[in-house]
Amino acid sequence: MSVLFILVGASVLVAVGFLIAFITSVRNGQYDDQYTPSVRILFDESETYSIPQKAENKPEGEANPQTPKTTNN
Amino acid sequence: MKVPVNTTAAICYHCGESLNTDTIIHDEKTFCCEGCKSVYEILIYNHLQQYYNLNQTPGLKEQESTLQYEEKYAWLDDEQLRQELIQFSDGNISTITFKIPSIHCSSCIWLLENLWKINPGVVRVQVNFLRRTVHITFDENTISLRKLVELLAAIGYPPELKMAASIIDEPSKLQRHWYYRLGIAFFCFGNIMLLSFPEYFGIDVLAESNYRYFFGYLNFLLSLPVLLYSASVFFRSAWVGLRHGLINMDVPIVLGIIVMFMRSSWEIFSHSGSGYMDTLASLVFLMLIGRMFQNKTYDRLSFDRDYKSYFPMAITVLRKEKETTIPVANIQQGDRILIRNEEIIPADGILMQGTANIDYSFVTGESIPIEKVNGEIIYAGGRQKGNAIELEIIREVSQSYLTQLWNDAVFHKQRDENVTSLAGKVSKVFTFIILAIAVGSALYWLKGNSERALNAFTAVLIITCPCALAISSPFTLGNILRLLGKYKIYLKNSSILETMATADTIIFDKTGTITQNGAIDIKWEGDRLNDVELAAIRLLVKQSSHPLSRRIYSSIPNKDSLILEIFEEYPGKGIKGTINSLEISIGSQDFVSGGNYEKNNPVQSTIAYVSINGIIRGYYSFQNEYRLRLKEIIKKLQRRFRLGLLSGDNNTEEPFLIELFGSNTELKFNQTPLSKLEHIVKLQSLKRKVIMIGDGLNDAGALKKSNVGLSISDNINNFSPACDGIIDATAFDKIPALFQIARSGRKILVYSFILSFIYNIVGLWFAVQGTLSPLIAAILMPISSITIILFTTIATRIAVAKIMQS
Repeated sequence: MSVLFILVGASVLVAVGFLIAFITSVRNGQYDDQYTPSVRILFDESETYSIPQKAENKPEGEANPQTPKTTNN
Repeated sequence: MKVPVNTTAAICYHCGESLNTDTIIHDEKTFCCEGCKSVYEILIYNHLQQYYNLNQTPGLKEQESTLQYEEKYAWLDDEQLRQELIQFSDGNISTITFKIPSIHCSSCIWLLENLWKINPGVVRVQVNFLRRTVHITFDENTISLRKLVELLAAIGYPPELKMAASIIDEPSKLQRHWYYRLGIAFFCFGNIMLLSFPEYFGIDVLAESNYRYFFGYLNFLLSLPVLLYSASVFFRSAWVGLRHGLINMDVPIVLGIIVMFMRSSWEIFSHSGSGYMDTLASLVFLMLIGRMFQNKTYDRLSFDRDYKSYFPMAITVLRKEKETTIPVANIQQGDRILIRNEEIIPADGILMQGTANIDYSFVTGESIPIEKVNGEIIYAGGRQKGNAIELEIIREVSQSYLTQLWNDAVFHKQRDENVTSLAGKVSKVFTFIILAIAVGSALYWLKGNSERALNAFTAVLIITCPCALAISSPFTLGNILRLLGKYKIYLKNSSILETMATADTIIFDKTGTITQNGAIDIKWEGDRLNDVELAAIRLLVKQSSHPLSRRIYSSIPNKDSLILEIFEEYPGKGIKGTINSLEISIGSQDFVSGGNYEKNNPVQSTIAYVSINGIIRGYYSFQNEYRLRLKEIIKKLQRRFRLGLLSGDNNTEEPFLIELFGSNTELKFNQTPLSKLEHIVKLQSLKRKVIMIGDGLNDAGALKKSNVGLSISDNINNFSPACDGIIDATAFDKIPALFQIARSGRKILVYSFILSFIYNIVGLWFAVQGTLSPLIAAILMPISSITIILFTTIATRIAVAKIMQS
């Protein structure tokens, strides 16, 4: 029955591990917004983000190449 | 108005509004306006069609008040403003948080988080849907702050940029501490309880005593985080209370915790028992849940706004013939500013150029827009309706007539939140009683058995720890708060409910509170006009942008189309024109009759006479449209409360209001924001408990000073002044029910106290005899708590449902 010491000790350690996981998840902000992630997982993610490389020869005026030419409102 | 989609219905593909004559067809789809079409073009060009697949007609039609023009965001190039907005920047990558009120569906989330597909300068966007905010990380070398905002506006999600924009409240950081405490308390509670099982089942008789000591020490270790971290909130609160000489709800709790810990530690280390650590942990855990339940926060609402959340961030100023935009905070005396249609005037100034129609309904309560002529002072806070005007500023923003209200002491003094709640009062009495019982039973046993005396003393303090008492309040009131939220009544905290239950006076504001905002009732008095004459009037008023003209326009149905020959507008007087050879003039009696008239009606600003070919045919009278069933609501309230009305408007509607409120009610007109505040002070000096119901900036002082300040809002996304509760305009008729619920909540609270007393008596029975075993304590605590929680939850649900139905 002396194995009980080890058993209890081990299970407490495992439980502490879960507690640490919980604290870490709160720290990472997982509980800050509890609604939006539920919507977000339903989206298809086709491409991923990447920090753009510093544009070398792009003058300020052409920073928006993707918007079509529209008339001024 | 959104119409459900069917294949043949004519609605805009982007926003769902029904189409009128100016439909635009593009790419085999119909759009209601150029704005919707251009958003569609941008999205399709960047392969973002998914936006339209996720939801039907996910767009929103561009509002007049957020009309885009080239230089609208030019001020974002200003370095000072940029510093205020940007949260973090390392020179290349910067982060910023915007509030975007037009977020309303999953398409919005999808589109905003895929913003980088339109411009690679956007690194990452994270939307918080409930709070309607976006957190954007972007590369300032690729896309400037101004271009970013212009991009957001171009796709139909313009950020809200008010003077207080740099302070986006982040309540989540505070919330995290509660999660930590709760998590640790629950962890320790569960484990201590598991380790106490041998004790419950009496296994210690069989096993070696080593295990008993081992479990005991482990229990002690596990109780430490609970005592030192999770329970620290209660220690702090009790200490603060005691320092001020008050015994609040946390004092008996702290007493119980300390006694429990001391006795249990003693028992564990002296090997004389196993202690009550499990009861300790479960107590702290339940208390924390109660505390968390009490603090309901609404993500989208803020109850602490001042004028800075209402004024724009930047303004166009004319310096040396050139238009530049500067931060509103930098406006100086002598600056000449340009105010466009639907823009808010940020500082007192003199009108220099243009026709001013200022809508002050939100600020001073005057319901009809006021026309001002050159040379007149225009006060800050009003909204211009009409063409652009130029003002010369005479006072800085913080010194204006309106914003001076915030210098009043009432905004700086922390409102006495320690207003003794029912639970607080009860706990004071309770503490003394149990101390008396504890000392009494100790003295009783002292005669024969001193050990039993200490036993009894500590047992009494442990078992009567007001767990049940202390969770009655949060669960009852917290539940009611949540249920009210479903009916669109949002209260700041639960103590408001208790104050409402004992209030005796209600003061109403007029404009926007008991009247519908923006709705003007129109009536024609005079000859019957034929269709041609009506159509001519309609065409004439169409030329004018004056709100009264617009109202007349909307009251005449579109029938014949005529040709306008002449049109002339005379600011402050009226309009004149010739249509189909009919000479029509509309305006003040003086203007319309060219000076020859008999003054039969007293001159009122809310009447527009109409003359056709020189003969006055009648007049339009304008009146506020009052909220539905107002009379009924007032009747119900008058049974329990004394009512009053404070209006910033003039007294033209006094007869109607006297009929509405009865002749005993005090009605005051032409009130300034400060005089409203003073009236509340006067009432409170007569020992009355006042509930103020208002809606505008001009009520801000009165709302803050009253015992309870409630604000009515047509759109909770928009600004509402600092108050204790926000009521959506559609829930106005539920106001009597609200107060009834508050009273009913108080009753339920009393019943649950009685229930918890019964449990205490049962526990005391064992405690005074000194026969309180850990098992009994461990059972009693959760059982009493759970029954109280069940009782209060069910009782409040039933009460709210029943009251709201009737």
